[in-house]
Amino acid sequence: MTIKYSDYPDQRGHFGQFGGVFASETLMHCLTELNQAYSRLKTDPAFQAQFHQDLADYVGRPSPLYLAARLSQQCDGAKIWLKREDLNHTGAHKINNTIGQILLAKAMGKKRIIAETGAGQHGVATATVAARLGLKCVVYMGEVDIARQAINVYRMKLMGAEVRSVDSGSKTLKDALNEAMRDWVTHVDDTFYIIGTVAGPDPYPQMVRDFNSVIGKEAKKQFAEKVGGLPDALVACVGGGSNAMGLFHPFLDDLSVKIYGVEAGGHGVATGAHAASITAGKVGVLHGNRTYVMSDDQGQIIETHSISAGLDYPGVGPEHAFLNETGRAQYVTINDDEALQAFHTLTRIEGILPALESSHAVAYGLKLAKTMSKDQNIIVNLSGRGDKDVHTIAALEGVTV
Amino acid sequence: MSLLKTTFTKLSGKKALIPFVTAGHPNADMTVGIMHQLVKSGADVIELGVPFSDPMADGPVIQHASERAIATGTGIRETIAMVKQFRIQNQSTPVVLMGYLNPVECMGYTEFVAAAQDAGADAVLLVDSPPEESTELLELLKQADMEQIFLIAPTTTEERKQMICQHANGFVYYVALKGVTGSANLDSHAVNKDLQSVRKHTDLPIAVGFGVKDTQSAIAVAEQADAVVIGSALVNLLDQCQSIIEAEKAIDAFIKPIRTALDSL
Ligand SMILES: Cc1ncc(COP(=O)(O)O)c(C=O)c1O
Repeated sequence: MTIKYSDYPDQRGHFGQFGGVFASETLMHCLTELNQAYSRLKTDPAFQAQFHQDLADYVGRPSPLYLAARLSQQCDGAKIWLKREDLNHTGAHKINNTIGQILLAKAMGKKRIIAETGAGQHGVATATVAARLGLKCVVYMGEVDIARQAINVYRMKLMGAEVRSVDSGSKTLKDALNEAMRDWVTHVDDTFYIIGTVAGPDPYPQMVRDFNSVIGKEAKKQFAEKVGGLPDALVACVGGGSNAMGLFHPFLDDLSVKIYGVEAGGHGVATGAHAASITAGKVGVLHGNRTYVMSDDQGQIIETHSISAGLDYPGVGPEHAFLNETGRAQYVTINDDEALQAFHTLTRIEGILPALESSHAVAYGLKLAKTMSKDQNIIVNLSGRGDKDVHTIAALEGVTV
Repeated sequence: MSLLKTTFTKLSGKKALIPFVTAGHPNADMTVGIMHQLVKSGADVIELGVPFSDPMADGPVIQHASERAIATGTGIRETIAMVKQFRIQNQSTPVVLMGYLNPVECMGYTEFVAAAQDAGADAVLLVDSPPEESTELLELLKQADMEQIFLIAPTTTEERKQMICQHANGFVYYVALKGVTGSANLDSHAVNKDLQSVRKHTDLPIAVGFGVKDTQSAIAVAEQADAVVIGSALVNLLDQCQSIIEAEKAIDAFIKPIRTALDSL
């Protein structure tokens, strides 16, 4: 039997053995309500029209599909096309999702928005849409991330969001998520939790994927217009996995298209200092769903490492776990130094400054292109721009800006 | 008959007192002694928290206790070993393992249930495993004559209450407030009203927890409940204790008056 990948999840949010609703009882009813509201609105023409109008007029979509000619030449292999999510308003794909979720929040009559953030991109994208709709917004962010993403913290504050520092656990993204969940159970009546990636309990993984799948839908159409047919391969970085699912999903049933998710190899998977949950984690339950998680042999979640804050997460969206298990997608790793090198390469020969997260996808795209022929095509998701990372990179290289 | 059933039957209408402590907190050597003292001071059932790195449903006090316990080496296996040690002297007080699903997933359901049964644990309460996701674990626990405790919250609809009560065994745990453990916004009037509606769906005993912190709040929610769970306030006291002697004193001073007050209802 062939699997129809695009049919997942099932009624109860399962992607095979992954996904589901592993939430505390206080949230169960609210998740059911969210599920019902989303099921109704996702096929509602007025809701969809508003969503697409906002994406066009406010975000600036469609984002271009750009042939990186010099980059491709350098590889002497497949052509590399960049899906330019870096050109979106606020600088990353994250806004596709927050535009969708805030419309849902409004339709459900919620007055207060909360979010978690790691790199700060999702926090900024949430603060942005909350400002636009005049809703109160609280963003949870780990103390460690606040220190390394100071500019995004300030951007959120400028837009009127309250940034709450989280000092529990490892003081990073996973702990920010825990704290947002705690806020949510406490204010469940009036608060809408905008999760920033394809994780969390059902319906979040499918909802965040659907809002981001505008990336893949556009790319498919743009590619058909510019080249004809389908690309041979797709490449995207995977933190929680929202930019990747957004690109992949419209292609899942086109089996000729090879799909590669790039996890953060940090200092190298063998060193243990990485964030490659699929490559090196085990099946477990974290933040409301069953997926691959990085934990020790007692089931404690362990600290991850990546040069990019946005990939520094010990879990991964359940649909990626499913695509890995079924073999539909392949998951590979790129280490910190390779990502950094790709950052410089793209900047120098294409004049595009990629986010450190996206640099992982670029690095793998370069490797892959070299193994393919000149008449083949790869789409690499350039999930965000690198302005936010300039300070990190300068510091790593001993430069004072 | 299960130990939980025997215990509630023996109480015949008297209110049960269920203290919660985190295994390995304030340190691993003290936990078994703490459990014995809880029984001496009046506990009917003990909830033993399995430390987890990401306790999403817990407030700062129990988060901190888990962090301390993990830092000094207590995980799910050590917690189970503590139950086994407790059972050497005590074969009559039910022990409920309370925690999150990931450590259980990591150990494997079959191995976990076998180890917990062997140690003499009676029931399991996993905050992030609602009945819908618990089919496999519940079946294994039943085969081992153990129970899985499910939660009902103020936000649980009538329809869900009915579904949960159908799967429930041991007792039903009513979460008294919208919030994390140790919150201060307990509304006992609302709790008592909602408990009457839970009662319609089950004959099992009902325990109330979250936000119960002293004699006054215990009495207030005990009106309609069969049992009262006290966690954060107790854990907070234990956090200050340097030795088992100090812990025993603190427990006795805290638990005894609550026991007496519940008995006078
Ligand atoms: C530019 C960019 N790409 C990728 C990610 C990783 O998230 P996801 O895997 O959900 O796309 C982030 C997260 O902050 C990001 O800012």
